[in-house]
Amino acid sequence: MSRYVSYRDFDWVLLGFVLVICGLGVMEIHSATVHTKFAGAHVRQIYWVLGGVGAMFLMSLVSYQALLDQIHWFYIAAVGALMGVLVFGQKYLGARRWIKMPGGNHFQPSEWVKLILILAVAKYFSEMRQRELSWSDFMKAGAIVGIPMLMVLAQPDLGTALTYVPIAVIGVFLGGLQWKQGMVVALLAAVAVGAVFFTPRVHLLKTYQKQRLTSFIDPELDPQGSGYQVEQSKIAVGSGGLWGGKGSQTHGAFLPVPQTDFIFAAFAEEHGFVGALGILLLYFIVLMRLTQNAQTAPDRAGTFVVMGVVAVLSFHILVNVGMVVGFMPVTGIPLPLMSYGGSSVLFMFLALGMVMNVRMRRFVN
Amino acid sequence: MVARDDKVSAIRLTAAQYVILGIFLVLAYGLWRLQVMQSDFYSLAAEKNRIRNVPVLAPRGKILDREGRTIVDNYPSFSALMMRDSSRDLAADVNLIAQGLHLDPDEVRSRIRHFASMPQYQPIFLKEDITPDELQFIEAHRNELPELDTIMSHRRLYPRNGFMAHLIGYVGEVSEDMLNQPQFELYNAGDVVGISGVERQYNTLLMGQNGSRQALVDSHGREVGRLGETEAVPGKQLRLTVDIDLQIAAEEALAGKNGAIVAMDPRTGEILAMVSGPTFDPNDFAVHVSRDQWNKLVTDPDKPLMNKAIQAQLAPGSTFKIIMAVAGWQEGIAQTLHVNCTGSAEFYGRRFGCWVKGGHGAVDLEKAIYQSCDVFFYTLAEKLGIDRIAKYATDLGLGQKTGIDLPNEVNGIMPSEEWKIRNFKQKWFAGETISVGIGQGAVAITPVQLLRAISAISMGGRMVVPHVINPTDVPPGYVEAQHYTEVKNVTIDPNGWNFITDAMSRVLLPEGTAPSAHVPGIDIAGKTGSAQIVSLATRARFKNSDDLAQNGWFVGFTPRRNPDIVVCVLFQGGEHGKLAARLATQVIKAYVDKQRRTPTKMVEKPKNNSDGAVDIGGLWTAPDSDGGEEKLQGGRFVLDLPKKPLALATAAPGMAVR
Repeated sequence: MSRYVSYRDFDWVLLGFVLVICGLGVMEIHSATVHTKFAGAHVRQIYWVLGGVGAMFLMSLVSYQALLDQIHWFYIAAVGALMGVLVFGQKYLGARRWIKMPGGNHFQPSEWVKLILILAVAKYFSEMRQRELSWSDFMKAGAIVGIPMLMVLAQPDLGTALTYVPIAVIGVFLGGLQWKQGMVVALLAAVAVGAVFFTPRVHLLKTYQKQRLTSFIDPELDPQGSGYQVEQSKIAVGSGGLWGGKGSQTHGAFLPVPQTDFIFAAFAEEHGFVGALGILLLYFIVLMRLTQNAQTAPDRAGTFVVMGVVAVLSFHILVNVGMVVGFMPVTGIPLPLMSYGGSSVLFMFLALGMVMNVRMRRFVN
Repeated sequence: MVARDDKVSAIRLTAAQYVILGIFLVLAYGLWRLQVMQSDFYSLAAEKNRIRNVPVLAPRGKILDREGRTIVDNYPSFSALMMRDSSRDLAADVNLIAQGLHLDPDEVRSRIRHFASMPQYQPIFLKEDITPDELQFIEAHRNELPELDTIMSHRRLYPRNGFMAHLIGYVGEVSEDMLNQPQFELYNAGDVVGISGVERQYNTLLMGQNGSRQALVDSHGREVGRLGETEAVPGKQLRLTVDIDLQIAAEEALAGKNGAIVAMDPRTGEILAMVSGPTFDPNDFAVHVSRDQWNKLVTDPDKPLMNKAIQAQLAPGSTFKIIMAVAGWQEGIAQTLHVNCTGSAEFYGRRFGCWVKGGHGAVDLEKAIYQSCDVFFYTLAEKLGIDRIAKYATDLGLGQKTGIDLPNEVNGIMPSEEWKIRNFKQKWFAGETISVGIGQGAVAITPVQLLRAISAISMGGRMVVPHVINPTDVPPGYVEAQHYTEVKNVTIDPNGWNFITDAMSRVLLPEGTAPSAHVPGIDIAGKTGSAQIVSLATRARFKNSDDLAQNGWFVGFTPRRNPDIVVCVLFQGGEHGKLAARLATQVIKAYVDKQRRTPTKMVEKPKNNSDGAVDIGGLWTAPDSDGGEEKLQGGRFVLDLPKKPLALATAAPGMAVR
């Protein structure tokens, strides 16, 4: 069926904006780590980005439709890997999230499961024919995302587990969610969140998770404890002012992990409101460009794939920047494309590779 | 393959775009709020984060004796810290650390757990005041255990075994209560201040002024730069009037006993020695006193924390007879009073016994003093009446604070008719006056009060203020010290005090009450006292328990005319004043021995006298200050001095010169 797939149809504009964001990220990683034991991280980040771009091109060559045809095998493999983590995983800081690979590398499957879930949800909804979502469709879609999510929660890794939620949400929303269903789900979610929060005897959340959440609600209550990170982040962002400042929060190491989770705070401190708003604008352009690609996708499945990527990226930005400005609790979710870290960079570029894949096949048929 | 109407709803895709736009607007608002609206607030917070005022601690002033010998010093004390930002697995090192620092591993583990939620830059204090071998352990494991670190501070080093503990006092962290008092308003929590004794009295001089350094720090508290520094002003060195050699003699005399010894120069009021027993070791408080240890000290019936020299309020017993004699002489009664002591006498229908059951026979004032005849003083008390006794006793400072420069001195009680009505709403019974005549009844005084009164009598009525530091040594602005040089004159007929002190000098002679305390070659005038705590009948009921034993007193001075030392001894449970007198003469002997070997006095030694024999009479009695050569009944005599010089202390015990 494939006619001719050309890199003329590759979204060079999108890639350009993405690389600008990555470049700013590398710059900020350098600035935040230059006098610390993490010095040189920016060079490694450049390698990750280059590797990511390569992976993206490879990904764009494999037809997403072929991937969707085999998705059940991928899905089984993903669940198996998560099971493996629970059984054989390395325990570090009280959680099993990594599998030790030969050669000393650590593999965190929960990151890659996101990609598979995007495809799995796209596959499910692309095969759905009716316009409106039935309750059983709803449940099945929920189960596709819910099973791996519960396994990640058991590691425990609340942050990553939460990033699976937008995949399901965008799926059911575009798949034809009815108002009535939306209301019911919203209500159930509210009740669930309330129960977790306000019933101390239900140990659904680990203590550190609860601390993070409560310290988020009032960080000044315990500035030395778990509210410390939120408070330091707000000080960093706030002291940046309109045009940016010295960056004493970042360079004095008051800001925790300024090269990963709090890179946006570090950038906002050094480049001020103008710089931070510029970053947000870049992300917004990228997201709009992605939704445009979703609209021009050759089929239903393609739209779902691209919108899945949009949902995950939006959610990451919302939670990470929201945390940095004090709107969201500390969940350990990095800012895609900017934060230092191989898994995060590779995931984003593979996801973009799928988007390119869809775009390049928009005239195919 | 896929129909056009199978496309995803365009409306929903647009809706998703609007949701994304909404999210970005909210995030942009969050940035606006922090970076534009509250920018000033957070800039200030960032500055506060970055700049830390690090106190530069001022070393506390040393305390020296009158000759400049060290009594209290400072020493560098190290505390072991565990830094938690060294990215080490602390739990794995716990056993080694606990072993090296002699700590309980479980205790260390629980400490680490306790700190888990604290910010990383806060270190854990593992152990204060570590020993040299523990310090060595940390130094030797710098590479293996990089999380261990030490911090140095200056701590107070006090003499060993509670030497002089009550006079010196001790320091501690300023308490919440103290911070609320006006005199501590300039202090901060965590400041080390004097809690008792000289440390407290002269805290403002000793403490100095902490400096501060504005340091640029990172989140680990590491200094990365410096903005400015105000230097610390070290505390002033304080020289006491105490003579360590004399203090050692007094400490040795009172060792293991319950009571107090105070020695003073009656001409100036300089305290030469002050001991209270039992004592405590202030070094135990310098680091950390355990609750058990503290409770033991507080509940001990012998009250080791109390400075009995200024805080014990007890009946003076027969020592009070000297005050009675002065009162009687001044009123013109005592010099002509003659009493026939039959062992007891009846006053106001009640029989009062003399301590000599068989009686003293015919007694005049002189014999009444050196034999301590109770019946004579009963009679004198009856004739004087309580208010006249109270007038002279009060003039001589009994029942009032002496004004000594030590904290928490107590008043004591000198009863009078007015006192009885004020405190008991009762009339004074004439019978009570009789007991007061021999220093019993309601009279309660402190050793330092008695010392000051007898000192005044020995100096012909010249009352000085006892003090432990030389007023000329303090800075000119220190007004608190000005009254130490104040002198009050009490009128005493010269014939009277000559007569009384002559009688006192016979107390240590064979005919007196304390012949066993006699020291050949030293002319001591004094008075013994044995004060009952309960009546003799009550004591018998308790099978003469030691807890109810009488208190022995002695107060004496030397030489008889123009004395240069007066000593007061309280020997609780000492039964008889002659035992107290022996303690006093030990101190006096140490003083005289030291005086006689002082090089400045030695120049008077005849050059041709090569065998070391020294004529004493002109040695330590200033020629022109003598009240009359003929009165010096001790006479002149020759004393063989040992060839070896007297071993004098170079510092207080435990304060070896380093």
